[in-house]
Amino acid sequence: MDLLSKIKQAKLVGRGGACFSVAKKWSAVKNAAGEKKYVVANAAEGEPGVLKDGYILEHHADRVIDGMKLAIDFFKAEKGYLYLNHAYAKKLNKKLALLIKGLPIEIFIKPIGAGYIGGEESAVLNAITGKRIEPRLKPPFPVTSGLWDSPTLVNNVETFYNVSLVNSGEYKNNRFYTITGDCPNEGVYELPDNLTIAQVLKKTKNYPKFSFFVQVGGNAAGEVLNSKQLKCEVCGAASVAVFSLAKNNFKTTVKNWLNFYSNESCGQCTACREGVYRLREAWLAEKTDWPLVNELLDNLSDASFCALGSGLTIPIKSLISNVYPQKK
Amino acid sequence: MKKIKIKINNQEIVCDQGTTIGHAAWANGIEIPGLCFHPDLSVKANCRVCVVEIKGCNKLATSCSTKAEDGMEISTESERVKRSRNLNLEMIFAEHVEKCPTCVWRLSCKLLEYAEKYKIPITRFKDRKSKRKTYKFANAVEIDGTQCIDCRNCLDACSNLQKINYLELRGKGINQEVVPTDEKSGFSFMRKRKDADCIYCGQCAVHCPVGAAQEQTQYQLVEKALADKSKIMVAQFAPSIRVSIGEEFGLPQGKIVSGQVVAALKQLGFNYVFDVNFGADITTMAEAEELVEKLKSGSGLPMFTSCCPAWVKYIEFYRPDLIKNLTTARSPQMHSAGIAKTYWAEKMGIKPKDIVMVSVMPCTAKKFEAARAELKINGVWPIDYVITTRELAFLIKKNKIDFTKLKAMAADNPLGEASGAAAIYGATGGVMESALRTAEYLIETAQDSVCASVKNKKMSKLCRGRVEFLEARGLAGVKEAVLEMAGKKIRVAVVNGIGNIKPVLDNLENYDYVEVMACPDGCIGGGGQPIPTTAAIRKKRLEALYKIDAKSKIRRAHENQAALAAMEWLEGKRKLKEPVLYTKYKKKS
Repeated sequence: MDLLSKIKQAKLVGRGGACFSVAKKWSAVKNAAGEKKYVVANAAEGEPGVLKDGYILEHHADRVIDGMKLAIDFFKAEKGYLYLNHAYAKKLNKKLALLIKGLPIEIFIKPIGAGYIGGEESAVLNAITGKRIEPRLKPPFPVTSGLWDSPTLVNNVETFYNVSLVNSGEYKNNRFYTITGDCPNEGVYELPDNLTIAQVLKKTKNYPKFSFFVQVGGNAAGEVLNSKQLKCEVCGAASVAVFSLAKNNFKTTVKNWLNFYSNESCGQCTACREGVYRLREAWLAEKTDWPLVNELLDNLSDASFCALGSGLTIPIKSLISNVYPQKK
Repeated sequence: MKKIKIKINNQEIVCDQGTTIGHAAWANGIEIPGLCFHPDLSVKANCRVCVVEIKGCNKLATSCSTKAEDGMEISTESERVKRSRNLNLEMIFAEHVEKCPTCVWRLSCKLLEYAEKYKIPITRFKDRKSKRKTYKFANAVEIDGTQCIDCRNCLDACSNLQKINYLELRGKGINQEVVPTDEKSGFSFMRKRKDADCIYCGQCAVHCPVGAAQEQTQYQLVEKALADKSKIMVAQFAPSIRVSIGEEFGLPQGKIVSGQVVAALKQLGFNYVFDVNFGADITTMAEAEELVEKLKSGSGLPMFTSCCPAWVKYIEFYRPDLIKNLTTARSPQMHSAGIAKTYWAEKMGIKPKDIVMVSVMPCTAKKFEAARAELKINGVWPIDYVITTRELAFLIKKNKIDFTKLKAMAADNPLGEASGAAAIYGATGGVMESALRTAEYLIETAQDSVCASVKNKKMSKLCRGRVEFLEARGLAGVKEAVLEMAGKKIRVAVVNGIGNIKPVLDNLENYDYVEVMACPDGCIGGGGQPIPTTAAIRKKRLEALYKIDAKSKIRRAHENQAALAAMEWLEGKRKLKEPVLYTKYKKKS
């Protein structure tokens, strides 16, 4: 059985957070016309509260590189890039350099100012090609027009790790969960991929005894759930952050997100550049203008250029509806 | 092309597959507002004003970038669309500090139009850019950061269209700002090495949807001068104005309104109105003579045209080694104005200093050209003020002159007479074609100068020459041709837009004569032209210029008797001939 069929059979999904079918993406790159093709492993890991890519590179870098190599061979790609978070580069550069020796793989360290948006797949391509680091207008998608307009496969570190396991028949439907926040055993755990949020917290001995809420799938763009909503599987980039209701207040929690997004908006589109600025302004005002806040939030999810703008609305809207419904 | 069926606001529409929703809507009379879209530039979809709702889609879609698909049901006016579109407009409005009282845009401003049409509340947000800087480029163009709405059209025009790369985007998020590349950044105390410079073409301005990039206006000074009754007010207007300004008053694109321009200028209070086409005939003769001389001697080839001041600035900054290749003939506006303030002034018994010469140009770089000190004649500026097509339209509107109802008037003589060759100066290839008409005549009659040929009565032979050099026409980026005149081959090239200059500069040895116009399709696409200026509109303007040429009684510059008379007068004034007809250039890097 060839690699693509194995991937299809294993039903691999992208582990960057979007859960897109890996087989579909690989087929698209395979079928795309282009003399040159490229492979990019996205190790930007800019989402706060997600640490699993760093963990995987620390413990299974050989597997990640193997996954990249398999992809390069599969597509007869020109070259592979490991787009690496600079904090990880500091720690792992030497080890990684040894592993890629002799391979057509280059480590590209994510520029320091690249920020959160510097991990978005088309922004990654812009960074590698020296363009302004911000998302591109899609279509065309990277699978047909990526690096230097050539078909490019961009997959997450964990995805390449899984590809390597699938290839050698060792894939066991596990994934890496990051647990952070008000809990005793923060860290990254490799566990079955179908666990509910409650199960993950219990298995890692992190289930709180106090009143709490969680944010799942990233501390910037993840959904907020209350303690009665933990029976669903952990989605997105599989992070669970625990927030003690006593320690965190509503106003500050939202303010922190707004501060983060104010710094991270690339500035390309009106809905996000202006919207986040005006939202923060409205939030810091003495009296909250709720109709305006809602209008700005709806506009962000409806009309922003990329997922960063709509991403901000997820935690805010879900915090309000799931944890503080009385606030509105 | 495969046809597909879509529905917009319940209206069934058949359109080509691959068409964007925006195109399909506009083609069927459904108006969708938008600010960042410009057909000259690649789609950026960043203003988010043209959002529409597609049935079954989670998010709204931008109609400028989203392709229509068979069966799509689209709404441009749903509550959701209105909410987003209006909020985005409102936030854009709060980026743009209104300076309406002095803005030449205020009578054709899209922002104001949308604010009114969609009843946008404009006071909910405080202006957030009031402390931004204004960057001025010589006296020609400026980018006012307090008015910028971050659409990036100016960047695209400067970098992708013109390939000058003088502008860059600095900062991120709300701090992003368009700045010239040589502007100091916050962290360095040293000015960056200047490796790019503005050529003043104004393509940033003609592509800016909100007038943040704009000409540095001089209309206020013109108004002041018009109010001063002690001066003789003279206006002169460029070849391409007459086929573009009508658009500002709702006339069809490419409508020829030469007579209305004269009438409007007279109504504004100008005592005399001259036609720069007259100057263009002078330029043609001076330039053709120089070309013939250079072809004979074989040195200084290829010869470049120099009537485009943005191109001259390009050479002076980027390729000073080629200064010697520029024709030393002045440009049409300088020729017209120079002759007005010498020849005409003497004939009229007016002191040159009492004349205020106002040039109406399709161009922002012409403001820079008119202010070049080396162009002074005996200490007198030939041109006092240069205003753009847009500034003139603004003055006409401001003074409530109904342009469409004006009775056509002829320009004043003798500087109102012109050949058809002069009209086409406004189109890419036009200068080349005009010069070739006269150069061929000179070569075929074995003459060095037009004036000498008149004296020798060689004019009878003039019918032998070609009139139309179709090799120079068309909208290609670079046109090349080899012509034969009196058995000699002349290799010519026409560069349409400075963005296309590279292949020609890389292969200079292949050419004898090269025309370069910095703006797309020539002056009809100039930085001072009415907005919008798009490829389709430029084509209409260009066709109109060729129509003027085809209908002209005389087609060649050297048949313009009034211009010949001025040239002969200059022949007799040894001290004036040089400063009126020729100029020098200086390295500027």
